[in-house]
Amino acid sequence: MSYALELRAITKRYGATLANDAISFGVEAGAIHAVLGENGAGKSTLLKIIYGAQRADAGEVLWQGKPVHLPNPAAARRLGIGMVYQHFALFETVSVVDNIAVALDGRFDRPALSRRIRDLGERYGLPVDPGRLLHDLSVGERQRVEILRCLLQEPTLLILDEPTSVLTPQAAAMLFEVLRRLAAEGRSILYISHKLEEIRALCDRATILRAGRVSATVRPQEHTALELARLMIGASPPVVARTGAVTEPMPRLELRDVSTAHDARGTALRGVSLAVHGGEIVGIAGVSGSGQAALLDCVTGQTPGLPSSVRLDGEPVGHWGPGARRARGLAFVPEERLGCGAVPDMTLAQNGLLTGYRTGVVRRGLVRAAAVRRFAEGIIERFGVRCSGPTARAAALSGGNLQKFIVGREIGASPRVLVVAQPTWGVDVAAAAFLRQSLIDLSRRGTAVLVVSEELDELFEICDRIAVMFAGQLSTAVPAAATDRDAVGLRMAGVAA
Amino acid sequence: MRVLLEARTEPLAFMQWGAPLLALALTVLVSVPVFAALGLNPLTTLEVFFIEPLSSLNGVGEWVLKASPLVLIALGLAVGFRANVWNIGAEGMFTIGAIAAGWLALKVGGGHAWLLPAMMLAGMLGGMAWASIPAFLKSHANTSEILVSLMLNYVAALLLSFLVNGPLQDPDGGNYPQSALFDPAAMFAPLVPGSRLNASVLVTVLAVGAAWVLMERSFLGFQLTVSGAAPRAAAYAGFSHRRAVWISLMLSGATAGLAGMMEAAGPLGQLTPVISPGYGFAAIIVAFIGRLRPFGIVLGGLLLSLLYLGGEAAQMSLNVPASLARTFQGTLLFFLLAADVLIMHRVRLTRR
Repeated sequence: MSYALELRAITKRYGATLANDAISFGVEAGAIHAVLGENGAGKSTLLKIIYGAQRADAGEVLWQGKPVHLPNPAAARRLGIGMVYQHFALFETVSVVDNIAVALDGRFDRPALSRRIRDLGERYGLPVDPGRLLHDLSVGERQRVEILRCLLQEPTLLILDEPTSVLTPQAAAMLFEVLRRLAAEGRSILYISHKLEEIRALCDRATILRAGRVSATVRPQEHTALELARLMIGASPPVVARTGAVTEPMPRLELRDVSTAHDARGTALRGVSLAVHGGEIVGIAGVSGSGQAALLDCVTGQTPGLPSSVRLDGEPVGHWGPGARRARGLAFVPEERLGCGAVPDMTLAQNGLLTGYRTGVVRRGLVRAAAVRRFAEGIIERFGVRCSGPTARAAALSGGNLQKFIVGREIGASPRVLVVAQPTWGVDVAAAAFLRQSLIDLSRRGTAVLVVSEELDELFEICDRIAVMFAGQLSTAVPAAATDRDAVGLRMAGVAA
Repeated sequence: MRVLLEARTEPLAFMQWGAPLLALALTVLVSVPVFAALGLNPLTTLEVFFIEPLSSLNGVGEWVLKASPLVLIALGLAVGFRANVWNIGAEGMFTIGAIAAGWLALKVGGGHAWLLPAMMLAGMLGGMAWASIPAFLKSHANTSEILVSLMLNYVAALLLSFLVNGPLQDPDGGNYPQSALFDPAAMFAPLVPGSRLNASVLVTVLAVGAAWVLMERSFLGFQLTVSGAAPRAAAYAGFSHRRAVWISLMLSGATAGLAGMMEAAGPLGQLTPVISPGYGFAAIIVAFIGRLRPFGIVLGGLLLSLLYLGGEAAQMSLNVPASLARTFQGTLLFFLLAADVLIMHRVRLTRR
């Protein structure tokens, strides 16, 4: 058996955690090989080792059958290993061709390089205009630039890290075509993902990681998604239960024809209207960067606007800041946990106080330390937050546990309206199911819940109604049961269904 | 061989106390050869620095008297530093506080029991007015409060110089650039007969208690700390940044202005061309030596005050140059601040 890349007993330890524990597998030439695992299973560490960005404590990497030493990414590139990152490393203000030129060694001839980009794009179905400035490109187009940049270096192995997380389902299908064509030319592809269906559709083989170890290497087509999930999490994935929504007639949160000015942060809103009623969950789908950030800023009060643009229980609050809106029963869970949702260097007790200050833990301007502690303990207990207790620092918790704490804290303030951005980003499967169930339960107790997520499956699992954001515009929210992934996917790409 | 600093996930508890002791040991280790090379007896020199200033009641009085303004100013600054609001203008606010209080004392004269409290109020308001300039520019034009407050120090110093050479100059003072002496009613009563230590120290003691409640127990203090530690988390929680800027600068302006008033109405008893011997800047060091905590600041203020006195004593009784005294002070402060790294980091030697 000839492997393009083979790993033998790769081990890497960070402090007390064994991120990679004797990982061994091989990637055949011309094969699409998946590395499947939850967040924290050791995928990223393994990637960094293969790409030379980290060194393994033990074990060896074999390239074309020979042991190699990879001190840095440049060495990996010289061997013919190309990497497409999940978060693109591109320069916003320069053109596509210049972005690609900086990654190449030595001098370059811009017209000739532009021609090569065009030819390569045609050959693989990755059309991009080399002269366009990067900030004019959609996320999908940027990904093409990243892939083309790798392909120009003629890689024998191409690594893609969660490539579909920024794509619509249709764009993902197109990417798969490109990858199959590359594999047919004899190139190997290492495909990192946690999406089971994708891997079953695309990959020849899959190595499944669990808690830093290889739990199996299988042919994914021969297994059901459920079997793969069991290998990935070690148990059957939890099921989220959802009953029918009973909604109030009057909306609790309402946006009417909101438009915002362009700023450096991304897409502005264009005439967005939305109503969320008590008792239901409304989901906002969309490719990242379609205006979700502006929408969240507008709803949470980070960027106050006209009074009538946002209404809480009918009252115009658009000109209020976040503090005043919280006082009126709005709670929110921002997308970034450390730094936005929680203060990394503070304890969980202090992080509970951060937004839980209306639960009676502050009296006459003074913090009641015992009450703050009890508040945090309550969240830790009810939401099963694994930590050393209320004195644990927020930064010491895993992503999933911290997210449970933050969501628990916002729910603990008994909000009338809860706005959640990316509720389960980087959260393991069990914690994600728990969080989704918590949101459903909260809505069934009468709270209006608005969820912004890039994971379509998640939205279909928990939402009563779904609206789609594209280029700053929001479609009408339709009942989730009356639409499907394909229809939503088309809207995400700007094609009205 | 390389030395690596690795961040710890939890602070190392014993280093909270161990770090300053380590710093002291390192300072002695570095200074002993320096003293010896200059022909000084290292033990005697250390004794002159640390023991001699405190060997008399008068010495202890001077020690506390010098520490008091440092502590008071540093308390106000620390609140702002925690909130990431960098007031470097305490020196100017100190001067303006002294001017405002001194002006009131000179206008009213004497004979009123309310004069001293009114001067305290004037000192605080003066410092706050000076601090409102960087606060306004920061909150409305997003200017750097560091630069604005720093430059205002020079404006304040020149304003004082103008006043004692003109409007507030003592008409019977033989053209010296200084004001008339204040009436006793405009001055703090001596606390210990025979020393310059006066009742203003009690104000600082009260301020330490108030600052402790504010920083360690109040919700406002928590909000300000969050504003500094994670500005975006503060924004999502609904804590206004603009409010944090104003509160921080008003508080530090008030304490610096009050300290200036205490200097004018205490040891000086008049307005002179230079009122602060650098208290406003030294207080920044005090705040950090005290790790931005009230009781730490008290220790920091006492230490810095002792170093001042020790430096003077060394110059007088050992005849060492002022620069050696300052080098010694600098060495100790450097090690103190550097050793704090060990609380959150571990040192590792690697072979790569």
